[in-house]
Amino acid sequence: MNMVDFKTYYELLTLYSDYAMVCDSPAWESWPDFFVEEGVYRLQPRENFEQGLPLCLLALESKNMIRDRVYGVKETLYHDPYYQRHIVGTPRILSIEQGIEGERITSEANYTVIRTKYDGESTVFNVGYYHDVILRTPDGLKFLSRLCVYDSEMIANSLIYPI
Amino acid sequence: MRDDPTVFPESPVWAGEGTSRVPFWAYTREDLYKKELDRFFYNGHWCYVGLEAEIPNAGDFRRTVVGERSVIMVRDPEGHVNVVENVCAHRGMRFCRERHGHAKDFFCPYHQWNYNLKGDLQGVPFLRGVKQEGKVNGGMPKDFKVADHGLTKLKVAVRGGVVFASFDHEVEPLETFLGPTILKYFDRVFDGRKLEILGYRRQRIPGNWKLMQENIKDPYHPGLLHTWFSTFGLWRADNKSELKMDEHFRHAAMISTRGQGGKNADVVSGVDSFKDQMKLNDPRLLDIVPEPWWGGPTAVMTTLFPSVIIQQQVNSVSTRHIQPNGQGSFDFVWTHFGFADDTTEMKERRLIQANLFGPAGFVSADDGEVIEWSQEGFESKPSHRTLIEMGGTDIGDADHMVTETLIRGMYQYWRKVMGE
Repeated sequence: MNMVDFKTYYELLTLYSDYAMVCDSPAWESWPDFFVEEGVYRLQPRENFEQGLPLCLLALESKNMIRDRVYGVKETLYHDPYYQRHIVGTPRILSIEQGIEGERITSEANYTVIRTKYDGESTVFNVGYYHDVILRTPDGLKFLSRLCVYDSEMIANSLIYPI
Repeated sequence: MRDDPTVFPESPVWAGEGTSRVPFWAYTREDLYKKELDRFFYNGHWCYVGLEAEIPNAGDFRRTVVGERSVIMVRDPEGHVNVVENVCAHRGMRFCRERHGHAKDFFCPYHQWNYNLKGDLQGVPFLRGVKQEGKVNGGMPKDFKVADHGLTKLKVAVRGGVVFASFDHEVEPLETFLGPTILKYFDRVFDGRKLEILGYRRQRIPGNWKLMQENIKDPYHPGLLHTWFSTFGLWRADNKSELKMDEHFRHAAMISTRGQGGKNADVVSGVDSFKDQMKLNDPRLLDIVPEPWWGGPTAVMTTLFPSVIIQQQVNSVSTRHIQPNGQGSFDFVWTHFGFADDTTEMKERRLIQANLFGPAGFVSADDGEVIEWSQEGFESKPSHRTLIEMGGTDIGDADHMVTETLIRGMYQYWRKVMGE
């Protein structure tokens, strides 16, 4: 792999950290903006991923579907409110290619999400890794796909906010 | 002055004969929970263990549970499905640690006892002792018979690709257990077509296991709790619907045909979850294509007591396995599937509609939440009781959704079996 230039790597780090901050704030309207229009978001249990089974916990197949999820989170899902905090590891770049649509980065990073309910202690809620395909667009780096493969065997009741 | 002011009664008694008011202690007492495991999960009932499609080839196995007991569902060399308990006959070890796999035999690593795929003990190391300096050391007693010490074998019934098991070898046939009414709805989904597993979802819900049975015997809540059901007419009080039970009232089917949705004031006025202006940005989430096998209804939710729920909600089908762990918690395992002859488009559709269900689902995430909150109420004052009187206090099939009759039916059965 070619050495990545600092500017590109810095942009990648910024994408990862901005994404995490949006997930952890109530400003979920901005979540779809990290994706291109045909962008795909999938949150998948590791057992399905490793067995080649297609089912995900969430499989949002377009930026519009991600918008529908935001509406669900904010308006339709009755749930116990909670805070969450993402801790995202340093991304490792698997490849950078020049396609017809421009620069395309494939990268991965581990993540941990800690959940805190009102009156509750903070607990590890979901752990896994991101596998991302990122495009350089006129508006900066955007996800063509973000696949979150999680180890956490049991969802602690329900998962509402974006990972 | 009240007779019994305690919040924590020492010898609680269910007042009267009815079942429209369920005491909170029915969800909180450990002694009752253990009795439930004995009487519902370990005796007299068939419990769901999995789907044949999970173990297509001889030697394939999958570890699962009946109640709290770990069992292994395995296909033997003759092609039969066996279910054996995951407890070594020697020292009681839960020896199978992989969740699924392929094996020629089972063995316990501790002392290397091994079993064939029917659960028969095959070999015991040093069975006849070890020769050393002209004498034989150790060995099992002369009267020890290998044939007497297999794994505990469960009785198995397979119907339409679904595997049920029972520790109770005297249990009635599966078809009798389900009864003709419920069998019809079971066979509607599992009519012998080959199934294709799409994957699993797992959640741990901090509530009593019965609350999940109740949730799917409660047609009153979906059009109220679930925005998607009320707004898009998938399931609400003005839908054409039926509620049916077996003769013991333990199993039930809730059958519904989707209405037009929209603003029928009788069912949505004042309902917080109804969103008049809501439109999907990506209509694929509700790209419903009727399938011939539905035979009319767009949704049939079937509760098989005590262990499983069979879901058909438009194009999304799954089994939901109730795996209790203590009186205040259960694991809920969803196995989504399709059919081997599905087109690529139909498979894609099932996967996208699966976003409505499971621990993060647009619809189902709320169900886990309300179960947790119910349990919190119960734990705080076990002397109190619920009020299950929508549609009256009687028990019977219905042709509408505005009733809690199925829950009353379940508790009539529960009281009979539990002697409470």
